[in-house]
Amino acid sequence: MDLSSINPVLLIASIMVSATPILLAAIGELVVEKSGVLNLGVEGMMITGAVVGFAVAVSNTSPGLGFVGAALAGALLSLPFALLTQYLMSNQVATGLGLMMVGLGLSSLIGKPYEGMKAPPFPKVEIPLLSDLPIFGRMLFSHDIMVYFSVALVVAVWAFLKYTRAGLILRAVGEAHDSAHALGYKVRHIRILAILFGGACAGLGGAYLSLVRVPQWTEGMTAGAGWIALAIVVFASWRPGRVAVGAYLFGGVSVLQLNLQAAGADVPVALLSASPYLITILVLVIISARGAHAAPASLGRPFHASH
Amino acid sequence: MNRRTLLTSAALALALATTAFAQDEEITAGFIYIGPPGDGGWTYEHDQARQKMEAHFDGKVKTIYQENVPESADAERAITQMALTGADIIFTTSFGYMDPTIAVAQKFPDVKFEHATGYKRADNVSTYSARFYEGRAVQGHIAGKMTKTNKIGYIASVPIPEVIRGINSAYIHAKKVNPDVEFSVIWLYTWFDPAKEADAARALIENGADVVLQHTDSTAPQAAAQEAGNVITFGQASDMAEYAPMPRVSSIIDDWAPYYIARVQAVLDGTWESTDTWDGIGAGMVGIGEITDAVPADVKAEALALKEALASGEYHAFTGPLKKQDGSDWLAEGEVADDGTLAGMDFYVEGLTAEIPN
Repeated sequence: MDLSSINPVLLIASIMVSATPILLAAIGELVVEKSGVLNLGVEGMMITGAVVGFAVAVSNTSPGLGFVGAALAGALLSLPFALLTQYLMSNQVATGLGLMMVGLGLSSLIGKPYEGMKAPPFPKVEIPLLSDLPIFGRMLFSHDIMVYFSVALVVAVWAFLKYTRAGLILRAVGEAHDSAHALGYKVRHIRILAILFGGACAGLGGAYLSLVRVPQWTEGMTAGAGWIALAIVVFASWRPGRVAVGAYLFGGVSVLQLNLQAAGADVPVALLSASPYLITILVLVIISARGAHAAPASLGRPFHASH
Repeated sequence: MNRRTLLTSAALALALATTAFAQDEEITAGFIYIGPPGDGGWTYEHDQARQKMEAHFDGKVKTIYQENVPESADAERAITQMALTGADIIFTTSFGYMDPTIAVAQKFPDVKFEHATGYKRADNVSTYSARFYEGRAVQGHIAGKMTKTNKIGYIASVPIPEVIRGINSAYIHAKKVNPDVEFSVIWLYTWFDPAKEADAARALIENGADVVLQHTDSTAPQAAAQEAGNVITFGQASDMAEYAPMPRVSSIIDDWAPYYIARVQAVLDGTWESTDTWDGIGAGMVGIGEITDAVPADVKAEALALKEALASGEYHAFTGPLKKQDGSDWLAEGEVADDGTLAGMDFYVEGLTAEIPN
């Protein structure tokens, strides 16, 4: 077995690209679930973000605007979910699944004229000094801005939930919405904001697929990435740091197994193909085995002030 | 008018409308798709053929389709549903629908079934496929001539005979013109996942491949190759001309329309019977997309000559002497492979290094 053709620098760089869409979607869903709402429509919001981001980027030849458009589209699509579940108290699971289907259908409708088009190139940002480092410069510090943004977002969400008053309120709403309500917090407003944030993040993740990772628009292109993001939130036991570990692990093993196949590694292919799922679940379960790993206590429960 | 009579009359009107509608349309043809019609590849071509067939019969045939049907228990449910909806003939367009198609066909003896790329037939189940491996021979020839790194990447989907035939055929013809050529094969275990396909193309390119062949359905590998530059690819199932002249230098195009028209005509005429169709370049089921100017003129001429020889039947893509991967003899000098062996091909030819996953 000759694995010398695998270049570790390029491998790590590919892994970061591969992990970013799931990471963005998962960190958004984490905030939603922390507020006590289960939104299963991540896949639908991602693919809508993918198509809208692509359309905006192509029309304005600006990938940056594309990402903005994708975030808005994701948030906009999550708005009906927010209104239905928060004001009309509809079932979150059913509404989330509905949202997914709407997103899938809507995206193929919007995307028809954009099939076969090419995405405008998204420039890589060379971080001064750091990107000149041997090996690590190319590996870690020569990516497009969304890769850094996604990592910064994880840190920001972690700090927000852990250290800010607003983060504490969000967690309180997710853990015990009746108590939060009794204390005078606007449970529904807070949840709606969380849902919109989740939608925007999923939209960004989708746009990263259509503008950077693939890069083109193809109907149905998310192919289940939204569901992976949902699973990662659960296996990461609702911790931002672990979400990042999960997303990078999944993206990492996915790319690594392809490289091993390309290099002709002597490992059964079926095992390699299943490895991203197996390893990610295994590692997250092991690191979650100790300590608190319970879901937010009000997750998925509808809230009404009269109850 | 109270609510009940309103509803009754609405239902009546609807029923009348449907009957009026049904009088124009003599039969319904259903299609089960593995991906979305917008994949730009495999499903796209089936859907184009469906539309051409519908236009050909000018209102006499109604077509329905369901997309993104997984090759699992879901397939049986989707096919059953389609049979219950009143389809007279159902085309199931992926290898993995083979057993579900047979199972549903037993329950609906009056419905005709057509399964693409499989080998199980019944009184009301036909199979049809195209000799894609003839197209792969042309690709292999161009790939072998054009690679500079002597490494050719191959994005494979699922380890079934059709895919293995393609790999063997491409390898044999690349090796013939370039003895130093090596193939790296990546199995994705999916027909359609653009992100994975793009990652696979990138992994192959990073491992030194400068030609990427694909047996998956989306155009994602084309986009990844374009980004890398200096890598050539081939359109798969559909022309993928939007990536010409580089990276896409040629393509295999599936043309199902004549077959669909003929089979639906047979149902209309009442002459339909279970058959096994396997046509290639000669019959027009497999097309070779335009070879672009990125290919040197002499290589292009050779490739076209090879295409002609395959079309006329003068040359067979699997002509001996050929050995299997384990070194045992398969075909003697001048001997050509029989269809039975090809249909069930589960071995690599000599020279390919990887193992076929099982």
